[in-house]
Amino acid sequence: MSEENTQKHKSFLEYQGKYKGILGWILSTDHKRIGLLYLYTMLFFFSLAAIIGLLMKTQLIAPGHTIMGPQTYNSLFTLHGIIMIFIIVIPGLPAVFGNFFLPIMIGAKDVAFPRINLLSWWVYIIGIMIVLTSQFLGDGPPDTGWTFYAPYSFRTPTNVLPAVFGAFVMGFSSILTGINFVVTIHRMRAPGMSWLKMPLFPWTLYGTAWIQILATPVIGITLLLIIAERTLGIGFFDPALGGDPILYQHLFWIYSHPAVYIMILPAMGVISEVIPVFSRKGIYGYKAIVLSTMAIAFVGYFVWGHHMFTSGMSGRALYTFSFLTFLVAIPSAIKVFNWVATMHKGSIHMHTPFYWAVSFLFVFMIGGLSGLVLGSLATNVHLHDTHFVVAHFHFIVFGGTGFAFMSALHYWFPKMFGRKYDEVWANLGWGVFFMGFLSLYLPMFLLGMRGMPRRYYDYLPEFHGANIASSLGAWVMVAGILIIFANLIWSARHGKKTSEKNTWGGKTLEWQVDTPPSLENFDEIPTITKQPYDYSDHSEKLNQ
Amino acid sequence: MYLTGASTFVHGVDTAFMVILGISFFFLIGITATIILFLVRYNKKKNPVPTQNPGSIKLEIIWTVIPLVLVMGMFYYGYVGWIPMKRIPDQGVQITANARMWSFSFRYENGRVSDKLYVPKDTAIILNLNAEDVLHSLYIPAFRVKEDMVPGLPNNRMWFQASKTGTYTIYCAEYCGLQHSYMYSDLVVMEPDEFWAWYADTTAVVLDIPEGADLALMGRQIVDRNGCLACHSLDGATVIGPTFLGRFGETVRVVTEGEEREIVYDEEYVRRSIYDPDYDITVGFRRGQMLSYEGMITPDEVDLIIEFLKSLNQ
Repeated sequence: MSEENTQKHKSFLEYQGKYKGILGWILSTDHKRIGLLYLYTMLFFFSLAAIIGLLMKTQLIAPGHTIMGPQTYNSLFTLHGIIMIFIIVIPGLPAVFGNFFLPIMIGAKDVAFPRINLLSWWVYIIGIMIVLTSQFLGDGPPDTGWTFYAPYSFRTPTNVLPAVFGAFVMGFSSILTGINFVVTIHRMRAPGMSWLKMPLFPWTLYGTAWIQILATPVIGITLLLIIAERTLGIGFFDPALGGDPILYQHLFWIYSHPAVYIMILPAMGVISEVIPVFSRKGIYGYKAIVLSTMAIAFVGYFVWGHHMFTSGMSGRALYTFSFLTFLVAIPSAIKVFNWVATMHKGSIHMHTPFYWAVSFLFVFMIGGLSGLVLGSLATNVHLHDTHFVVAHFHFIVFGGTGFAFMSALHYWFPKMFGRKYDEVWANLGWGVFFMGFLSLYLPMFLLGMRGMPRRYYDYLPEFHGANIASSLGAWVMVAGILIIFANLIWSARHGKKTSEKNTWGGKTLEWQVDTPPSLENFDEIPTITKQPYDYSDHSEKLNQ
Repeated sequence: MYLTGASTFVHGVDTAFMVILGISFFFLIGITATIILFLVRYNKKKNPVPTQNPGSIKLEIIWTVIPLVLVMGMFYYGYVGWIPMKRIPDQGVQITANARMWSFSFRYENGRVSDKLYVPKDTAIILNLNAEDVLHSLYIPAFRVKEDMVPGLPNNRMWFQASKTGTYTIYCAEYCGLQHSYMYSDLVVMEPDEFWAWYADTTAVVLDIPEGADLALMGRQIVDRNGCLACHSLDGATVIGPTFLGRFGETVRVVTEGEEREIVYDEEYVRRSIYDPDYDITVGFRRGQMLSYEGMITPDEVDLIIEFLKSLNQ
């Protein structure tokens, strides 16, 4: 009896399954181990793509040839985009923290289809391998940008096909994860957890999962059409073969715009978790946040045309897309107001995850407000395809999703690894990163306003000043990343051990299970009676 | 404003900028200040016991409706500033803008061709856009206009009316490959009299070689103007096409109609390579990378290019 008990309470990190060592990880169907597999894969590729970004910014520190030639630069921004978009932010938070915490937060022992969950990771890894072959085989790494716009993607002699096919394969990983999460959320919530008692991070995963299921097939089909066109010479998109390049842009953005919400919705979910916990106060406007999440997931399908305001679409299509784009801004605004209202009259505990969450609010507002400038027709025509756009989407995707990812990592780190990290170093890393981030991307807004196009290997001397600030910012930001990663990696191995269940005073279920969680998370599935962020008792003492 | 503005669209676009940026900065600063205030006032030391408040429908409605009204305002200004760009007038100076990797050229109705865009002030200019290979985008920041140049797209047009004389930069804004960042040109706005004098001066079309001119230097200017150096280096480096350095008069290996053969890099070869680039492909290079320059470079100009190539052997 006692033996069984210890086995039951063994953490998932120590639990000995069918296989030992590395096989015990890469063949594990435990949602927590799969979450960590994604985490390690992503951190590795993030570091790679960040170094590529740093090289690009270093090239741009002065006009002319600085450290590389144009062909190298064009291949690097393509690879940077492919890695960051397809390998990091699209799987992103759902694959790492969704896998690890969705079942725990809704009171389940695992996801609905644990084997399919493992398959998703394997498909993802195979997709990555295929993408990487494009770098080493054939006539040189692709230089099309991550958008693979036709007809350039048909004309370039570089090795575009593996990159496209790899992205196609990774799409299946995304769809499988989406299906898994939708079924898990529908079928496996703990007794008593009605839809409106579900925490907000699972809610955003739910919205995201639907987008993954419904939008990803569109890009899959589009990428297949490219492959058919390149290999069989069927003219879908290349005008030289009678195809239509604008059709390609439509198909590409019908997926890739909703994909932006795949990236940002779970980030909003994380922020909705972190702010109440560190304010010791229930989330303000729970239902409004839920509704706005689903509104974003829905309206997000109908705004893709705002990527194409100068492409030669009809005027009526243009103002319709502009109008809808402004509508999709509203739910995001509602969320920001609710987050800020949550802090009102709270009792705010300043810890690393909260620093990241508050700075998320700041950079996300800049990203969102600059999106309004781009959503408006007159201003978009001036700014489209300039550095302003680059700044805007880095504020949303890196500022939004990236800051939320860091917040989530520092929030759940003790739970995942059963160790504490050094908060002084973590905060220092945050500070350096934040300063670097702002000085890297803010000057790009100015460059874009003044007319510097994007995907530019070289530029006219009039753009030099702002580029110096931006390039120096890149170095500062990377220094911040180094501090953060060094601290977390060291802490995961040597940090102070902790088995304290509730590190931060959270109310959601993951703070009631063992640290680190046992294989099946719960000895007994809890029955839910309260709202997820119920601080009305506030009897709990703070743990520090 | 700190941006140069020199077309009739500038006012409408800049008004939209002012409205949207004004509202955005107001909210950014206001919300950030509120957050900082909360962080200070409701810090656990100052406020150890939180006050619970699950929300208020009234407030949710207020902060849904106010932003909704504001973004509708932004939409309106964006629409008003943009609609003139879409209303292309019937009357105006028609110019065909050609784009290819990686240069622009502009053809006027009387046949004059120029690598810079010369236009009269206060006159509607209608550009018929023609991309020869891949997507390009004609962007004039000082005019606040941009339109993609889509190969094969019928009725691909844009228009503008300059309101100030001067020289402004035209960029290609759509990524188009290796030398994308070098694909820019000048827009020269002249007083109408001056422009029409320039326009009528078609003698410039016929090459005028002054007595004792440096033919090689003139050839170099033609090479520069047509963007040849984007692909053909002068230092022996291999870019997209073979280098120009030290080739003239040499024997080179080429593939002609699928057959590999040796050929002398002579005047005839240069001429054919410019007008029918896919006929002889130098071994080690790819077909289909270069378009014919028929109609863009005259036979007289080819002679000057040959003089320039010869000069590279010395």
